[in-house]
Amino acid sequence: MPQSLFLKFLLQKSIKLLVLLGAVALLSFFLVSRSPIDPIDAYVGAAILKISPEQREVIADRWGLDKPPAERFFCWAGRLVRGDFGISTIYNEPVLSVIGKRFITSFWLMLLAWSFSGVLGFLLGIAAGAQEESLLDRVIRLYAFTMASTPTFWVGMVLLTIFSIELDWTPICCAWPPGMSAEETCFWQRLHHLLLPALTLSLIGVAQITLHTRGKMIEAMNSEYVIFARAQGDSTLGIVFRHAVRNAALPAITLQFASLGELFGGAVLAEQVFSYPGLGKTTVEAGIRGDVPLLLGIVIFSAIFVFFGNTLADIIYKYIDPRMRRMAGT
Amino acid sequence: MLKVENFSVSFSYNSSQLSKKQVSAITSLDIEVKAGEIMAVVGQSGAGKSLLAHAILGILPRNAHTAGKIYFKGRSLTAQRIKKIRGKEIALIPQSINYLNPLLKVGTQVARAARLSGLKNRDEAKQAAHSALARYLLDDSVAKYYPFQLSGGMARRILTATATVGMADLLLADEPTNGLDALAAEEALGHLRELADTGKAVLLITHDIESVLKITDRVSVFYDGITLEVANTSDFTGKLCLRHPYTTALWAALPTNSFTSPPSQATTPSNGKTGGCPYHLHCAKHGPDCADELPRMQELRDGLVRCHNA
Repeated sequence: MPQSLFLKFLLQKSIKLLVLLGAVALLSFFLVSRSPIDPIDAYVGAAILKISPEQREVIADRWGLDKPPAERFFCWAGRLVRGDFGISTIYNEPVLSVIGKRFITSFWLMLLAWSFSGVLGFLLGIAAGAQEESLLDRVIRLYAFTMASTPTFWVGMVLLTIFSIELDWTPICCAWPPGMSAEETCFWQRLHHLLLPALTLSLIGVAQITLHTRGKMIEAMNSEYVIFARAQGDSTLGIVFRHAVRNAALPAITLQFASLGELFGGAVLAEQVFSYPGLGKTTVEAGIRGDVPLLLGIVIFSAIFVFFGNTLADIIYKYIDPRMRRMAGT
Repeated sequence: MLKVENFSVSFSYNSSQLSKKQVSAITSLDIEVKAGEIMAVVGQSGAGKSLLAHAILGILPRNAHTAGKIYFKGRSLTAQRIKKIRGKEIALIPQSINYLNPLLKVGTQVARAARLSGLKNRDEAKQAAHSALARYLLDDSVAKYYPFQLSGGMARRILTATATVGMADLLLADEPTNGLDALAAEEALGHLRELADTGKAVLLITHDIESVLKITDRVSVFYDGITLEVANTSDFTGKLCLRHPYTTALWAALPTNSFTSPPSQATTPSNGKTGGCPYHLHCAKHGPDCADELPRMQELRDGLVRCHNA
């Protein structure tokens, strides 16, 4: 792709991102301001009985809670633009630093689950779609449909029961041994704690990519170019690898990058089951304990994260499909 | 080279959960192609023409059933035999550019066809692909194109090159003039004539009787899954030499002739079950037998015809 076109593409995407963030900010601000959470109660927490109405008023005045919603929104949005997301009330730390720390923990979990489910799902999809209605296809399809309709937390609990409680192979919770801090643990300990949550996310994530790849494989195996390859005397194996896989890979890659949003949603549930201190668990806590600044921060962050995944999918699609590449070039 | 006798193709499909239904696509087909000649199979769209090529190559879908005899080079063409020789001794020239993989460069695909045709060596295959493209006046740079970048005429030449990169003795050309303008169509047919002149047998499947008459040696007329007539090209000079009323009507329908209204396809597919001549409802000459009994194939004036009144 020529550079000028690529710059134009990036510019378009940036504008879209800004519009998206504006809309997300507006909507989430509206929802939070209509929610029954009283920001002062949430801030003060258990000490609520100790403060007088006068003190409440001082806080409300300092926070500008008496001002109209529109003014409050622009005040908040203005600070967001300057990079000030506020202070998380449950962690007593700037929101961005909480998100940063938690995201790193989640990142390895999501990366492991994402790559494993992507590779495994693609391979299963190819194996199933290469010979429609074969025994292998039926088995894989049954697995994929079962997993597609199974809740993440349930799979997590089943795996916990089997591997942590019965077999005692994996730790029962957390990202590192209890009583230690993140800095004290070594790589193997971290990986050991990561295994089960990652497996949970992978098992579930495999379903979608498998079914999608299978569909594309069947489509390819019934296509006219495969008929021609057969007419030339190519074997089924040769056809699968020379023709069908290539055509099934394009949509699979796009889907895998576009699925980052779902991965995020899955992580929320899996981390809750495994008490894994990642961004997902933090989201749940922020919601339950009324940490409004943190919750809003995570909403904005996840919007950027998902948007980034989709944009990456777009760019990769443009780069690897010769039809898109050449058309952009000529 | 190739002889097909009383050949039929039918499909079974699940009409409901329990019962299977059979639909017959080709009821009774007879064809013979000799080395060095072009045999055109002419029929209306939907008459099951493309299935014929796929059936000969043994690449019909799994729910298809065939019956009848196919002989290739004098020996019966069994499922095992066709598996070994397709792409080597029999090659398909497909209908359209959709028969090329959209994500592979055409040069790669021609080279692949060369390897499948029996060349063991990668460089030899590349060389063969190069000369096949050159034979059809395609520049080396074309090898680097993707199928979507080709024009209709170019695509046709690539498809012909792909089929002739090996040393196949029998070529099955499926609708070679489809979607081409008159000039490109003439060129495509010219290439088939050249191939026949070098001693190959060409089976040309088409609905376009007018343009193929210029290059073909014989014509087999196909109607509703049944071969009605096999005629020499020279018979198509006046009404008198043709044997079957359908062929006569087809000939008369051409703009260069009397341009009378074309005979229509049977409104309800006979499905081979009525037993009569498939054309009797539209036939001007039909007699009492025509509705009940399918006429046998008989020789007449150096050709074949299936008609009670011929």
